Amino acid sequence: MPHPIVSAALFVMWLLLNESIAPGPMLVGAVLAVLGGWALALLKPGRTRLRRLGVALRLAGVVVADLVRSNIAVTQVILHRRRDRRAGFLRIHLTLRNPQALAVLACILTATPGTAWVEYDTEDGWLLLHVLDLIDEASWVSIVKDRYERPLMEIFQ
Amino acid sequence: MTGIVDLPLWAAVPVAVLLLVGAGFTLTGSIGLLRLGSFYERLHAPTLGTSLGVGCILLASMVFFSVLQTRLVVHEVLVGILVVVTTPVTLMLLARAALHRDRLEGDDKVPRSARPPDPSA
Repeated sequence: MPHPIVSAALFVMWLLLNESIAPGPMLVGAVLAVLGGWALALLKPGRTRLRRLGVALRLAGVVVADLVRSNIAVTQVILHRRRDRRAGFLRIHLTLRNPQALAVLACILTATPGTAWVEYDTEDGWLLLHVLDLIDEASWVSIVKDRYERPLMEIFQ
Repeated sequence: MTGIVDLPLWAAVPVAVLLLVGAGFTLTGSIGLLRLGSFYERLHAPTLGTSLGVGCILLASMVFFSVLQTRLVVHEVLVGILVVVTTPVTLMLLARAALHRDRLEGDDKVPRSARPPDPSA
């Protein structure tokens, strides 16, 4: 098995979801665990060592707070039409290059309403975002770079 | 399945409030899908449902099943993780397809590339 920890986690997850240790679910879980490990090996994700658990937890807290705030902000945009609202594209130059870290950043930016990840230039690290309420470009750039990118660099590098 | 009548009032109130708030955010997202002007703006609306909308409903579900002690809360945690991990895939596919179409049609409103335009060119 190429990824024993992932396979074991899949197996345990399957049993927890089924809430049984009967032979049937055990068999299906075992097949799923082996196939999942193979699939991951085919994707060749590379070894990533996660560090700085404290930074990760703080980032998670920041993301949850931003998620609630941006949900309320987008709700207001939808329910009260404001004349001065301006939606638009925004370019941000990222120093982050680790593919896993970029995937986490994409999840954060997509999960918070109001920002949508549109395109990423792998050569130069330019990210193209679409922002629903683009009042101040500089503040959006600092949100992405200081609040999300910096902790992700600490965690993944 | 244990009936809803077994749920004590102190648990029923937060469950109901969380369900209503979650459903409210999801509904607002759908209204946004109708109201917002451009395709790129409409990309943002459904994420209300996939973030706080689903979050509140999952929390309600966690409280409900934990209080009734019918099962573990792993289901909700997994639903949350899977929704957060899979939404970017569809959203990026839609956004990039739209961008590709607009660039082919020569729309000036969309950027030509993720890179800033070269000032010397």
